[in-house]
Amino acid sequence: MSLLNKKLTVNQKQSLTGWIFLLPASILIFAMNFYPMLQAFILSFKKGIANNLEWGGISNYLRLLEDDVFWTSFWNNIFYLIIQVPIMLILAILLACLLNQKDLKFKALFRTAIFLPCCTALVSYSIIFKTLFSFDGYVNTILLELGLIDARINWLGQTETAKIIIIIALIWRWTGYNMVFFLSGLQNIDESLYEAATIDGAGPVRSFFSITIPLLRPTILLTTIMSINGTLQLFDESVNLTNGGPANSTLTMSHYIYKVSFEYSSQFGYAAALSYVIFIMVAVLSLIQMKVGDKR
Amino acid sequence: MRKLKKTFTYIVLSVVSVISVFPLYWMISASTNNSTDILGGKLLPGTNLLINLQKLLEQQDVARAFGNSMCYSLTLSLISLIVCSIAGYGFEIYHDKAKDALMTILLLAMMVPFAATLIPLFKMFTTAKLQNTLLAYMLPTISTPFLIMLFRQSARSFPTEIIEAARIDGVGELRIFATMFVPTMKSTYAAAMTVVFMNAWNSYLWPKVIMMSDDSQTMPMLVANLSVGYSIDYGVLMLGVLICSLPTGILFLILQKSFANGIVGSVKG
Repeated sequence: MSLLNKKLTVNQKQSLTGWIFLLPASILIFAMNFYPMLQAFILSFKKGIANNLEWGGISNYLRLLEDDVFWTSFWNNIFYLIIQVPIMLILAILLACLLNQKDLKFKALFRTAIFLPCCTALVSYSIIFKTLFSFDGYVNTILLELGLIDARINWLGQTETAKIIIIIALIWRWTGYNMVFFLSGLQNIDESLYEAATIDGAGPVRSFFSITIPLLRPTILLTTIMSINGTLQLFDESVNLTNGGPANSTLTMSHYIYKVSFEYSSQFGYAAALSYVIFIMVAVLSLIQMKVGDKR
Repeated sequence: MRKLKKTFTYIVLSVVSVISVFPLYWMISASTNNSTDILGGKLLPGTNLLINLQKLLEQQDVARAFGNSMCYSLTLSLISLIVCSIAGYGFEIYHDKAKDALMTILLLAMMVPFAATLIPLFKMFTTAKLQNTLLAYMLPTISTPFLIMLFRQSARSFPTEIIEAARIDGVGELRIFATMFVPTMKSTYAAAMTVVFMNAWNSYLWPKVIMMSDDSQTMPMLVANLSVGYSIDYGVLMLGVLICSLPTGILFLILQKSFANGIVGSVKG
């Protein structure tokens, strides 16, 4: 009996140790993610400025529906999402496949070069692109010299081109990062599968679609969720590359929330309501992704 | 045909590599030129580096911002690695129904956008009078589901026989973790370190909100300040951008091999 008792306590002791190990991290996530999330939910039903808040019911959500600036920022985010994420991920997969060829020379050199953009701070690369594409910047200078344009283009001062520059910048910064995930995914695919496919007469295109893509599914899922998440939360680029302009045409939702909370008049309740829109979008899109990605 | 395919591969990879590296090369070269040359389209490195550096140091307290960023990022990364790796280990090695359920709940935090927690966090930290402190900089991002999952995944490949044998020898649980698990998981730690340090160094929105005093300014904030204004000195600006990118760049070049290996481990599971 005493032996059983002791055995039990050993097991319990181990389980307890496990709890102690995982507790600090778990408490932090609850305190720094879930609790503020709940606070934001309550806050979103309050109106007023700074800390003088009173109950406002759903007035913030009603206001949001009629806030043109918010909807502009909303559609900007959607635009970035629809254009940038697919181009970037397809590019990343193709580059990973090219880099994964067995007898390729300078592999490490190419990989490092393509990954290098990820080392720059978000603020830094935003400023590099802002400078390159500024009115008197390098891109205009070189295009003029090559005779491709007659006059300098105000890249960041026009609605359409400003959006495109943000997308180009995002693709430049993040393609290499995603490529690393695909590269490691590719290394887990058994080489013999391709050999078998070649023997069966499948060309490289066919192999790509019936072997590579299906087997990369978990990686595609992971990178898609990360990219959607990142794109919906864009902030640094909007602030530092274009400052949301011209006329809010590149403003993102996070940037707008920041402005409502800290640049205008600290309307925390309204900002909280806006932030819930991002949360719901991220949650819904991730859940759809997981549902789709889980089918095998 | 084969040869054609090869040539095509090399051309594509070279073009993409050049596009990837060009803006960075341009940044480095611009930091050694003066504003007029930069706007004139000069691509070769010049001789203006020291003058730019002198001007930058006159305009901004670079040493303070760099020191702050280094101190915040290193402390945050180290604490984050310890807290998350021991949690990941705890979730996997001692797993039972309750712990698995908790892990699932924690993963939901991945969906919480920072913009949504920004204002409550700001209110929490200002109420506690913790603005401009290291604690405020770190606390929100010390523990992330991504890191816990990364370490949980790598603990899965850690042989349980080793743990059993050590227990029979009377080695304590914490010592098993510290002296057996940690040394074998070097590449996971390297990958995690790269990710955490880069995120910490680059973080901008949270510091912009909570680190408002000049004394607690970070490098990204300093660089952002340089870029606004009517007469921007591009040489000085690009030197600032370069200095801000150096630590993460160097860290990546040192750890890139283990980074790739660590990511392989995390995707496989």
